[in-house]
Amino acid sequence: MTQINFTNAILPRDKLLSLRLKEIWRYRDLVVLFVRRDFVAKYKQTILGPAWFFIQPMLQTAIFTVVFSGMANLPTDNIPPILFYLAGVTAWNYFAQCLRSTSNTFSQNAHLFGKVYFPRAVSPISVIISNLIQFGIGMLLFVLFYAYFALKGYPVRPNIVLLLLPLIIILMGVMGLGLGMLISAMTTKYRDLQYLVDFGVQLLMYATPVILPLSAVPEKYKFVMVFNPMTGIIETFKYGFFGLGTMQWMLLVYSVIFTVIVFLVGLIIFNRTEKNFMDTV
Amino acid sequence: MKPIIRIENLSKQYRLGTVGTGTLRNDLKRWWCRIRGLEDPFLKIGETNIRSCKGESEYVWALKDINLEVNKGEVLGIIGKNGAGKSTLLKILSRVTGPTTGRIDYNGRIGSLLEVGTGFHPELTGRENIFLNGAILGMTKAEIHGKLDEIIDFSGCERYIDTPVKRYSSGMMVRLGFAVAAHLEPEILVVDEVLAVGDAEFQKKAIGKMQDVSKNEGRTVLFVSHNMASVKNLCTKGVLFENGRLKMLDAVDKVIDAYLMVQTDRSSVYCPDDNIVKRIEARQIRDRIQMSLIYESPSTVKQPSFGFVIYDNYDSPITGTNPLQAGVTDFGPPRKTGRVDVLLSSPCLANGTYPVSVWFHDGNAFGNHVFKMEKCLYLKVYEMNHSQISVNPAAVGHIVPECSWSFKESQPEINLESGNR
Repeated sequence: MTQINFTNAILPRDKLLSLRLKEIWRYRDLVVLFVRRDFVAKYKQTILGPAWFFIQPMLQTAIFTVVFSGMANLPTDNIPPILFYLAGVTAWNYFAQCLRSTSNTFSQNAHLFGKVYFPRAVSPISVIISNLIQFGIGMLLFVLFYAYFALKGYPVRPNIVLLLLPLIIILMGVMGLGLGMLISAMTTKYRDLQYLVDFGVQLLMYATPVILPLSAVPEKYKFVMVFNPMTGIIETFKYGFFGLGTMQWMLLVYSVIFTVIVFLVGLIIFNRTEKNFMDTV
Repeated sequence: MKPIIRIENLSKQYRLGTVGTGTLRNDLKRWWCRIRGLEDPFLKIGETNIRSCKGESEYVWALKDINLEVNKGEVLGIIGKNGAGKSTLLKILSRVTGPTTGRIDYNGRIGSLLEVGTGFHPELTGRENIFLNGAILGMTKAEIHGKLDEIIDFSGCERYIDTPVKRYSSGMMVRLGFAVAAHLEPEILVVDEVLAVGDAEFQKKAIGKMQDVSKNEGRTVLFVSHNMASVKNLCTKGVLFENGRLKMLDAVDKVIDAYLMVQTDRSSVYCPDDNIVKRIEARQIRDRIQMSLIYESPSTVKQPSFGFVIYDNYDSPITGTNPLQAGVTDFGPPRKTGRVDVLLSSPCLANGTYPVSVWFHDGNAFGNHVFKMEKCLYLKVYEMNHSQISVNPAAVGHIVPECSWSFKESQPEINLESGNR
């Protein structure tokens, strides 16, 4: 055989640690097109269309307000219950949606992945971005309520921590993405985890200060919430908008570290799985 | 010629059966071996991939030790029976799945076309789907923009381009999908049997485009198909796979012949009990072809009409007839069981193997009970024309003409040049 230098190779196994960010960047147009597709496809042939973005958090907030505040009389740190729950629901739903919709990447896209190659991470990344748009619309609703209550004289004032809002949004998305990729990689062969995700996300919400403020949790159970990496994020989100209680920096730092680790591990494992998942899915 | 793809010792192992608890046990074993730095214990076992036989092991090699080099600008036809490993190779090349062992080195981009219109979303319009599909296949938005008019024009769906593709006919969807794929510009193009769909005009267009891509633009194409005519048309070289191994790599005509030889060992068939026709046979007797059919009917058959069509390797019929068409009037007395023989003294066929389709019915009761078996027989022909020199039937045709030659000295008045003056 003549000696020729080839530029590309297909090997049984890639290098252990490869993030392949460059390759994903090359497919950025595909990310945009996937986002567009999801957006258009989701609300085609619905009467209310994008109004569903508002309806869902409104109903959820209404139920929380009636059940937890009205009936159970749970404290909300002196913030109007509607606003308190809406803040929690808006932020939490973004994370939950990111996690849920990325965790079945492989099984959802099997028909597509089986026919053509592109960096598979493009798929969950585009899902995160389309959820971000949804979150943006949800935030609009929240800000409307927020302005209303602030004008009516309730003690809700934004403070300097609110500048961290972009960081918080990125953290939620990236954490959801990291966990989702990890789960989707693990569920290609054994589907058990997938069933856990749906109600697991619901359960996790109760271990996050969405309904109950951290300050109102009994000492005995506090460690569960502190251990949950979403706690720091939701708490910071609420602190930034409402300025009540104290800013728990340690919790936020913990969330940041957790997010970075889970994202890197998730992406590496996801990239390793994509090679042969078609044989097992 | 420079190789653009080099495949070395490529193998792919698959596990048969369902994924269950056994898999978990094996996974743990495999993992434990890897931790201790040992070789994967399951790579040693595994059988060759023979679809129809019952095997001992639950691991099979879909591909085993493939070595292959493809040169730049070559169009390689990949042929083989179902399950021979053709598509597995294409899947590995297009990186849908990874190899178990071995490696592939290549230069440039590999564009794969395992399916037409991958990722089309029914709710999006044709135009939007062109962008989506193009991006999935690896084009950038700017690239697609530059070729949009060409793509729409090639697809012939201009009128529908702003309609959601869910309103398209399936043929239109294929046209649009192929139009996008045809305008991909990778150095290496991998194509699975996508041309099987679409109408004749479009197939012609698609083949033309692929020829254009390889000949004029110097790109390399790997093409899998069961349609020998399109393989022959398109490819310069062929490779034959059998049970996961590479059996032959040669000029495309030779490989096609070898492949058809593999398939065709039947010169007679016995039919199942519930058929009227019991046995059919086709064979060459010196310079003639004889075909016979034995029937057993519950009622008497007045006109046992035995019809046949002989095909060439590219599925085009060469010749065929039946007693009614041939104007036979004397069928003999009506029988319940009998035998029909037909002897063909022409045409004289070139060496090769010819598929034969067979019909049988009672000529009086047309449509009442027609027995039909398509390409059930293979007629083997060898030196039917007594010629010492064998010619390639793919180049000169399958029928050896019957002709007389004469050789004389030319007469001056026959000379055309002088006659014109």
